[in-house]
Amino acid sequence: MRNPYLPYPVRIKRIEVATEDKSLRTFELEFLNQEDAKRFNYLPGQFAELSIPGYGEIPIGIASSPTEGDTLLFTVFRIGVVTTKLHNMQEGDIMGVRGPLGHPYPLKEIEGKNIVIIAGGYAVTTLRATMVWLLHPENRPKYGKITFIYGARTPGLLLYPDQWREWQKRDDVDCYITVDREFPGWDGLVGFVPTITEKVAPSPENSVAIICGPPIMIKFTQPVLDKLGWKGEQIIMSLENRMKCGIGICGRCNVGPYYVCKDGPVFTKAQLDKLPKEY
Amino acid sequence: MLKEYTEQIREVAKRLLKDKVVDCVIGYRKGTVPMLDAPYIAYTEEEADNLIWSSFCVSNLAKFLIGRKGKSAIVAQGCISRSIVNLINENQVKRENVYIIGVWSPGMVDRRKVLEKFYDKEILEVEEDGDELIVKGKDFEGKEFEERISKNEVKRDNCFTCMHRNAVIYDEFVGEKGEETGGGNIDNVAAPWEKLSFDERWEAFRETFGSCIRCYACRNVCPLCYCSVCFVDESKPQWCGKTQDEADIFTFHILRAFHCAGRCVDCGACESACPMGIKVRRLTSKLEKDVRELYGYVPGLEIGAKPPLAVYRPDDPENFITP
Amino acid sequence: MVKVLKKDQIESFLSKLKENYELYGPKKKGFEVEWAKLDGSLLFDFKNSSLSPKSFFFPQTECMMHFKNDPNDPEGMIMKPEPELDSKRILFNIRPCDAKAFSLLDKVFMKDEASLDVYWKDKRDKTILIGLGCNNPSPTCFCLSVGCGPFSEEGLDVLAVDLGDRVLFKGITERGKEIISSLDDAEESDIKNAEELKKNAESKITRKVELDNILSKEILEVYEIPLWDRIHETCLNCGACTFYCPTCHCFDIQDEVQGDYGRRVRNWDTCMSWLFTQHASGHNPRGTKKDRVRQRFMHKFKYIPFRLNGEIGCVGCGRCIVRCPVNIDVRDVVNQMNQQLK
Repeated sequence: MRNPYLPYPVRIKRIEVATEDKSLRTFELEFLNQEDAKRFNYLPGQFAELSIPGYGEIPIGIASSPTEGDTLLFTVFRIGVVTTKLHNMQEGDIMGVRGPLGHPYPLKEIEGKNIVIIAGGYAVTTLRATMVWLLHPENRPKYGKITFIYGARTPGLLLYPDQWREWQKRDDVDCYITVDREFPGWDGLVGFVPTITEKVAPSPENSVAIICGPPIMIKFTQPVLDKLGWKGEQIIMSLENRMKCGIGICGRCNVGPYYVCKDGPVFTKAQLDKLPKEY
Repeated sequence: MLKEYTEQIREVAKRLLKDKVVDCVIGYRKGTVPMLDAPYIAYTEEEADNLIWSSFCVSNLAKFLIGRKGKSAIVAQGCISRSIVNLINENQVKRENVYIIGVWSPGMVDRRKVLEKFYDKEILEVEEDGDELIVKGKDFEGKEFEERISKNEVKRDNCFTCMHRNAVIYDEFVGEKGEETGGGNIDNVAAPWEKLSFDERWEAFRETFGSCIRCYACRNVCPLCYCSVCFVDESKPQWCGKTQDEADIFTFHILRAFHCAGRCVDCGACESACPMGIKVRRLTSKLEKDVRELYGYVPGLEIGAKPPLAVYRPDDPENFITP
Repeated sequence: MVKVLKKDQIESFLSKLKENYELYGPKKKGFEVEWAKLDGSLLFDFKNSSLSPKSFFFPQTECMMHFKNDPNDPEGMIMKPEPELDSKRILFNIRPCDAKAFSLLDKVFMKDEASLDVYWKDKRDKTILIGLGCNNPSPTCFCLSVGCGPFSEEGLDVLAVDLGDRVLFKGITERGKEIISSLDDAEESDIKNAEELKKNAESKITRKVELDNILSKEILEVYEIPLWDRIHETCLNCGACTFYCPTCHCFDIQDEVQGDYGRRVRNWDTCMSWLFTQHASGHNPRGTKKDRVRQRFMHKFKYIPFRLNGEIGCVGCGRCIVRCPVNIDVRDVVNQMNQQLK
């Protein structure tokens, strides 16, 4: 009977400053013990609690796909006590990881459908995991058309350029990368994510949309999808809330009767419409 | 006598609501538990009929003025009206948004003192009758009892040494002004730890605050505690741990007492609110006495007065900093 | 299995049990009642303990794991769990409402394989609960309205009934039966006596709380009733109700270090606190007092029954009614909730 509060010890294998304003860093973590790595079976959409002894824990979406190997990838924004400490750590430092937590995106249930992924800002982390997983040769044939719409404020704030530059070259995925405003040196799309979504006009026919982004982006993307005829059950969202235990016991991350950590963080819009907006 | 106050408060409240002088009246209603009357906000004349005035009104209503929109009437005796003056001086409440219904306080009953007296029985109902309380209940065999006790014996400690039982500012005074003081000698009685030696004081402090469960009822009922982020909730840096470690419990209480020094009017709401019955006032009453003696300042008596710990005067006493 | 024990033989019964178990029971401290180690006698003349006995399974501050806080030691930053409880315990004269609260909390702390709170489970496995039926409920008790009762057996290993000069013990679980197996069998008259006491006790709880509308309406309907605009105004958002409540289980996890010792502790936390749901970004989903007060009542009377097939999240012990500094009475609030949903 495993103690769910005890973190697996991990080592920071690689750190990359992910954005030009240095507010985001990507960490690649490797398990100290092989059995832990084997036990950590996860799917895109799940998250883990990154544990820094003496400082605390933070719930962060897993950015790597299980198809990429045994190490885990997390992109973390610096804002509070734990994230500041994490940003000051070096490659080789030891910390902890608890997980995988939460429910993944229902990728098995949506086989055969077209998938539209809409991401804004640094909420794109679990969607990177999803895209890498979907585009894996074993998984790609099981799905229809894949559309990826991702935007950030400026080109320097776009995460994972190595990944999406590769995706842009592929012909089995429609990739739309945008920035909010004109920027010198950027010759890609310009416009807010909801605006680009409207231009792309993805059809709801046999499709599912996965949306992750700041509340303001979601607020303006929703009407665009409504106009195109998307139904609540076809729209999948991933929520965030303040968390501590991550396993549905400490009681703080609830949205109505559901815990974002245990019953979520993935919910369909149809489910959320029936719940209080406490997120 | 208190029944008359109740009638008059209801009349005033109904009039103020009917004439739309105020949006609501903040007062007390009868509680569902013996000896505890609850804060109540009446918005209509019908609701105003629930207002009462009694010896069981132990909260501090001034707290509910903070952040309120519109104009509110409030039933205030001496200590509460002084709390309101404090809030006005600290720019938390605007004078023109408050209509103070001044009232005299008979001195509130400390329900824990009554519960101690009848510790081996269950109290079901307590009525007031002049200077006495009629306590009714059952013992553990189910046999009923009824006993009279003197209110004086079970008065709250701070009410016993109160120096201002009538409201100090008001827009309208209800009924007759009553006896101004509570009868006790505030210099001799209010700060009992003064008589103890250094070590005895530390033991008394540990024993008094050791049972604290950090529910923060004392902080939340106090009208002086209106910081949007209390120091216990800060994380950068974390001033005070959140565990039941003695050091953390004591830090919370000592720091909170010092934040209230020079501003606390000794209304006793903190001690009445504490569900564990901790004598929180042992700290605050000593600070109140020190400020009075060192700076000659009594908080909450004058609009426009500046608390001594928030201003600097060249002749401020310094003997407790530099020996 | 129904047994009986004369009160003057309790001391020898307890001293036999002391050989293998730590024994705890209610003890008077002035007019309050607290839980303490038993010294040979059992208290029967009390209503209920001041603080609920949930600290036996869920201490207010509990160290979960520790580490050496030495980055130069290869094991120095790896967390090690605290050791398990090293003794078995029996709680005597726990009230049926408190025992039912534990049975409810089992469903919270031990939801499934992945969410199994080992600290809770360890203590629950090692503690036997002997309950005492309430012959004289308090006027603030309302257990009957929320699926419990003064002689409820849920969550107990043994139910005891105070028959005056003797105590009746009814074995409920296997391990409970084992504890009382050495006692004399109860007479027919004893059993009948206990039945009478139970009926009397139930008739004494007159104040009812009505929940039918709350349970049957949709979550958003309950969320939008006008009651919430009024009820939060006089609430202090302190946390006294949550700390005294036997079913409240929310907690905070904090890391603390001092020199070469670091630990991760969990402490009781309260949904009444502003910090409970505060995001690091500054956003707070329950940022107003109205949201937080509404959350407390929705959690106990709507969300928990929604998840647990109608089981109410409150056991009717009445502690919050007695301890609330501003007398916000849960019975009034719930009745008003129900009224406004007609």
